[in-house]
Amino acid sequence: MEYIDILLSANFWAAAIRIATPLIFGVLGALVCERAGVLNLGIEGIFVVGAMCGWMAVWLGAGLWGGILIAALAGAFFGLLHGILTVPLGLSQHVSGLGITMFATSVSYFTYRTALPKVSSPPRIEAFQPLDIPVLSDLPFIGPALFQQTSMTFLALAMVLLVSYVLYRTPLGLAIRAVGDNPSAVEAQGLSVFALRIGAIMAGSALMALGGAFLTMSAFDAFFFGMINGRGWICIALVVFASWRPGKALLGALLFGAFDAFQIRLQNEVGAVIPSQVFLMIPYLLSIIALVLVARKADYPRALLQPYFRGQR
Amino acid sequence: MPETESGHPLLSLQNITKIFGDLVANGNVNLDLHAGEIVALLGENGAGKTTLMNILFGHYVADQGRVMVRHASGILVDLEPGAPQAALEAGIGMVHQHFTLAENLTGLENIVLGTESLFARRFSRSKARAKLQELMQSSGLEVDLDLRVSKLAVGERQRVEILKALYRDARILVLDEPTAVLTPQESDSLFKTLKLLAAKGMAIIFISHKMAEVLGASDRVAVLRGGKIVADLPTSQCDRHQLAEVMVGHSVQSAKRKPGYPEDETLVFAGVSAGEGREQIENVNLALRKGEIIGLAGVSGNGQSTLAKVVSGLEEPTAGTVSLHGNPLKPNAAAVIRSGIARIPEDRHHDGIVGAMSVEENLVLEEIRKPAYQRFGLLRFNEIRKRAQEAIKAYDIRCSGPLAVSRLLSGGNIQKIVLARTLDQQPDIVLAAQPSRGLDVGATADVHRRLQEARDRGAGVLLISEDLDELFQLSDRIAVIHRGHICEPMETEKLDKKQVGLMMAGHSAKGEQAA
Repeated sequence: MEYIDILLSANFWAAAIRIATPLIFGVLGALVCERAGVLNLGIEGIFVVGAMCGWMAVWLGAGLWGGILIAALAGAFFGLLHGILTVPLGLSQHVSGLGITMFATSVSYFTYRTALPKVSSPPRIEAFQPLDIPVLSDLPFIGPALFQQTSMTFLALAMVLLVSYVLYRTPLGLAIRAVGDNPSAVEAQGLSVFALRIGAIMAGSALMALGGAFLTMSAFDAFFFGMINGRGWICIALVVFASWRPGKALLGALLFGAFDAFQIRLQNEVGAVIPSQVFLMIPYLLSIIALVLVARKADYPRALLQPYFRGQR
Repeated sequence: MPETESGHPLLSLQNITKIFGDLVANGNVNLDLHAGEIVALLGENGAGKTTLMNILFGHYVADQGRVMVRHASGILVDLEPGAPQAALEAGIGMVHQHFTLAENLTGLENIVLGTESLFARRFSRSKARAKLQELMQSSGLEVDLDLRVSKLAVGERQRVEILKALYRDARILVLDEPTAVLTPQESDSLFKTLKLLAAKGMAIIFISHKMAEVLGASDRVAVLRGGKIVADLPTSQCDRHQLAEVMVGHSVQSAKRKPGYPEDETLVFAGVSAGEGREQIENVNLALRKGEIIGLAGVSGNGQSTLAKVVSGLEEPTAGTVSLHGNPLKPNAAAVIRSGIARIPEDRHHDGIVGAMSVEENLVLEEIRKPAYQRFGLLRFNEIRKRAQEAIKAYDIRCSGPLAVSRLLSGGNIQKIVLARTLDQQPDIVLAAQPSRGLDVGATADVHRRLQEARDRGAGVLLISEDLDELFQLSDRIAVIHRGHICEPMETEKLDKKQVGLMMAGHSAKGEQAA
């Protein structure tokens, strides 16, 4: 059976993890924002910003890690913008988020075009290369399947651990979880609701931008228009799927990556009979089904989408 | 200044004034609080009690006046206004009426929240736990600290709130209507704890409008009316009637029971069953006549809410029929309203009003399709405004005007909106579910008077209540609901409170225990 062959190839698993990597960043970022009570639909645009800024920084000679830093800062900047609009000003989180997405996307394209007005094919950078980890990378099957990824994938996995640790083990995480459930509780304990929420949105947006940066700095080595292609929206769905838990978020991202990698390979096998668009649909269809199954009993942060104003009942 | 117990109060509010729009929420309020005393802040809904406490805790900034606390050196210092953090550091702990707990965290986590540096590498549960064990033992506030707050009962949540203050070594404890959500037993144990804490030198203010607990638990009473302190005297010198008068501003006439003149049967339940679980009702037979009040006595959770839902058109009976004037009642809320049933729901914040809408919008909510308020599908704003102004005046709804956001009004004023909306439609039937729960003396008297007026006009009133005084004061006949069964209503004259109380606990009318 060719399906089994696909699942048994190391190449498939490597692709699944590679496809999952930007989603891991994105879903963690969305999770951090939502745990603090703010939906960040700016995610799609922040991905674009991360992709563009990271790539351009490297292209201008900042070095790969410098590019990552620049991407994260750019993401945090748009997070700050979303934060100011939705937290102290209390505007609709949906409207602000969608606005950020459109704004951030156009600004990125504009900057790119302004910097490179005349090129027909996008310039390439020296992107992150798969790491060669002694011993692990050389293991049969497991090595190529799991351990021949770039540093950014390992950074994404490290971020899962970091976000879990911060949320569940530190006073800061406690405050973030509390502010997403009942901001009055946070204020009554003398903490600033505004600072916590804006801080969480900025940190979350920085993570989202890394998801975008992965695409231009690791998966590919150049910036294209339209390259984000809905990955941000998938993350928003995955957060619900994950019930706002980092571990489950990782699982969700990997599942989606696996579906996607599977459909690409399936296209090659039976693509002559069935139109390729059908396969492109599969991961999205599956994520909708998974969402329906999981989300009904999802444990929403109670204050999600609710602006907080001091002294109000 | 030398360190003395120089009679300086722990806390001193001086000339506090706070104005919202045209409303003077607090005007020149002066209040001192000394160590070891329990002060009751008494006042009607909307008298400005909560505003005052929110200023004290830094949720609001006063327009004028100073909040001063005694510094460790014994002198009074100004508290930074508008900063809850400063209030906490000065040793002020506040238990809000609506608990400020994150339900997704455990009790312990809620208590330590904000007490450690946010950027500490991790928080130490064991140290917090040790301190809390000690506090729980010394104060008698037992609670499972490792359960998520969402799993805790209301009384336990309140204990977590108090522990929050104690954990921060509060010297001053403020409780806003602490008994509003408690059972009588829980209230008793709360006041026992408060006395214990005061004996250890804490200063305690609790806000209340319940005369009995004010007289029973406080050392001193301060009465707030219309934003001003109108009395401040030791509890031992207070008398119930005089306090009530000072609080309301005029003598309170609680409605006297007067007999109705019942006519034909209107709302008739024949073998009605509905609902499930604890709130199930079974084989209910009840006939409400025009011009009478039937009191339905029962401890909450015995099927009253299901019965109310059936009458409101929100739930369909699984068996039996409900008829109105001989026609079956449609299980449809809109049809129920049109057929002349006024509904005063139990949860007035949630079911009685649309909180985000204005007072005027809420007032015409049920009649919005009548030609009086719309023409060709467009609202007639002038008519609506006029109607609202009349109702605000007639029902004495305290708000900044027809455009005030309803959610921000006090419970009593919200209930007045509900009364105005429903009773002014001249209903044939009035369903009043716990209509005075949580209301102060004045508002309660208003509700009672309005219900009697509706009855005297010829409406049949079904009064669901667990307050025996209220039931005996208003009802022509009383029926008791227990575990979904309703007994035959009996003439109020032939009943006494003790008997009804026993029936509410499951004893049959003749005194023996029901199966």
